[in-house]
Amino acid sequence: MIRTRSLTKDFTPSRGKTVHAVRGISLDVEPGELVAVLGPNGAGKTTTMRMLTTLIAPTAGSAQVAGFDVLTASAQVRRRIGYVGQGNGAGHAQRVRDELNSQGAIYGLDRAASRRRTGELLEALDLGELGGRKVSDLSGGQRRRLDVAMGLVHAPSLLFLDEPSTGLDPQNRANLWDHILRMRAEHGMTIVLTTHYLDEADSMAERVVVVDHGQVIADDDPESLKSTLAGDRVVATAASRDGVPALARLVGSLPGARDVEVDLSIGQGQVTARVTDGPSALPELVTAAVADGVVVAGAQVVRPTLDDVFLSLTGRSLREEGTTARAQQDTTDNDTKGQVAA
Amino acid sequence: MSTLTIANPAALADSGGRNLVRDTGIVMMRELRPVLRNPFSLLFGMIQPLVFLGLFGPLLAGSLGGSADLGGVWQWFVPSILGMTALFGTSTTGANLLFEFQTGAHERMLVTPLARPALLVGRALKEMVPLAGQAVVVVAVMLPFGFELHLRGALVGMALLAVFGVGLGALSYALAVAVRKADWMFWMVQQTFLFPLMILSGMLLPLESGPGWMQALARANPLAYVLDAERALFAGDLTSSTVGWGFAAAAATAAVGLTVGIRMMQRSAD
Repeated sequence: MIRTRSLTKDFTPSRGKTVHAVRGISLDVEPGELVAVLGPNGAGKTTTMRMLTTLIAPTAGSAQVAGFDVLTASAQVRRRIGYVGQGNGAGHAQRVRDELNSQGAIYGLDRAASRRRTGELLEALDLGELGGRKVSDLSGGQRRRLDVAMGLVHAPSLLFLDEPSTGLDPQNRANLWDHILRMRAEHGMTIVLTTHYLDEADSMAERVVVVDHGQVIADDDPESLKSTLAGDRVVATAASRDGVPALARLVGSLPGARDVEVDLSIGQGQVTARVTDGPSALPELVTAAVADGVVVAGAQVVRPTLDDVFLSLTGRSLREEGTTARAQQDTTDNDTKGQVAA
Repeated sequence: MSTLTIANPAALADSGGRNLVRDTGIVMMRELRPVLRNPFSLLFGMIQPLVFLGLFGPLLAGSLGGSADLGGVWQWFVPSILGMTALFGTSTTGANLLFEFQTGAHERMLVTPLARPALLVGRALKEMVPLAGQAVVVVAVMLPFGFELHLRGALVGMALLAVFGVGLGALSYALAVAVRKADWMFWMVQQTFLFPLMILSGMLLPLESGPGWMQALARANPLAYVLDAERALFAGDLTSSTVGWGFAAAAATAAVGLTVGIRMMQRSAD
């Protein structure tokens, strides 16, 4: 469905200065895949998407989308893709139903088919009561659902979503994804999305492409990325300061333990290590602690997140870069899995 | 939730090349709908040219020593007012676009299969629909005051304004793209060009009594040729060379505007 080879985009914001936004990305997306592209601000995600949707021309390399070259057959590409950009695609002075009918006409539906399709989409995206309302009078969540509806008017086989849920509250985000995934299930659409919400990418995408400094630095399904690049962490807290060295020794001897760290600022002292298999390492640690007479105040397994993957790959956190302030609030809490008290 | 149905999405995607006229119609209707749905803006739009006529016409007659026959003044001034309305309407096309740059609505249109020129032409022609309504109102109101209607000439005159308006609208679009990252510049540049263009066309006052340098500048102003042709057409003269020069100037403006506008459109998503 998508095939890029050494796709490159440079910008020249001022004379003598060149920004290398995308540096030779090669990517293949198969029909039916749901691919999330992750990366910090300025990583090149949106620029890549804008090249794939024919909005901007690549500086070098090639890209084929839905079987057509984005440069030499851009009109063919545009007929076949749906696109939901970061902004609001609907004109603010327009009425909801008019805007969807216009989109239908643009994609070649006759008046009756366009009206029928508009009605279907309004119903499918819970906008049925709002057909006669001006776009400027809609809430943020309603506008976003309208954007998605506009991207789906022609039932595209490939849908690009550029940060579709940014700015929505958790409930609206969940609703929006519910709609998108239901329609994907019905149509077998291929979806490529960028998002700052790591939990979204983790739970929705079958494949995550991590982009940094304009290059793909990892590309796999979320579970594989987390297990191979980050791994589980065992976190144990000592009951007394004197017990910290012994606890650190026990944690360090767990199967596959690495990156053992001691933090004396937490309680009486906290020991952390990456392990191959957290759920089996935890009881092993507790058993060993009891056998050695080391008193443990608390222990838990922390499953890796995609942020841990990024941290492992780059030494930087996506969250530290200020990209996921809201995501942090909304992220599903993985930290309590396997928690035991000793 | 109902199952979404499109008879044959693949056939829809494979449907042949774009029809520029159809695409222009789609863009024009999309732009028109908010106007047509707002009766107050329509009403005030219809009244505005009459206010100009009512306030400026007598002054114009006075400036001609009070000797001029008022019917003759209207015959000269009604085409001016219609030209001015077209000028103001189409030269602000880009201003609407600036807002759409910010919201993402313009980007949305760029990613659709619409023929690129249709985005320019449709927006400019949208200004012609209210203008046609305004022309009807102006002519109907002025008839009792001595204005003579030559219907065929008036219709051709409106077509002439449409051709010129497409070019000016496309240039306005290009300006909006050029200043999209400093949008406050749009009005500064638009006004800087608009008023000299208007004054040096003899739109509000005849240039015959002006200094030689103004007349020389007017000869390089396509709007001056368009207005001369407009007055000839509204006087019922469809065949004079003045009309020919007017259409040549309007066509040249449209050609330059569309060339520049389409080129700028390629840059508008950068």
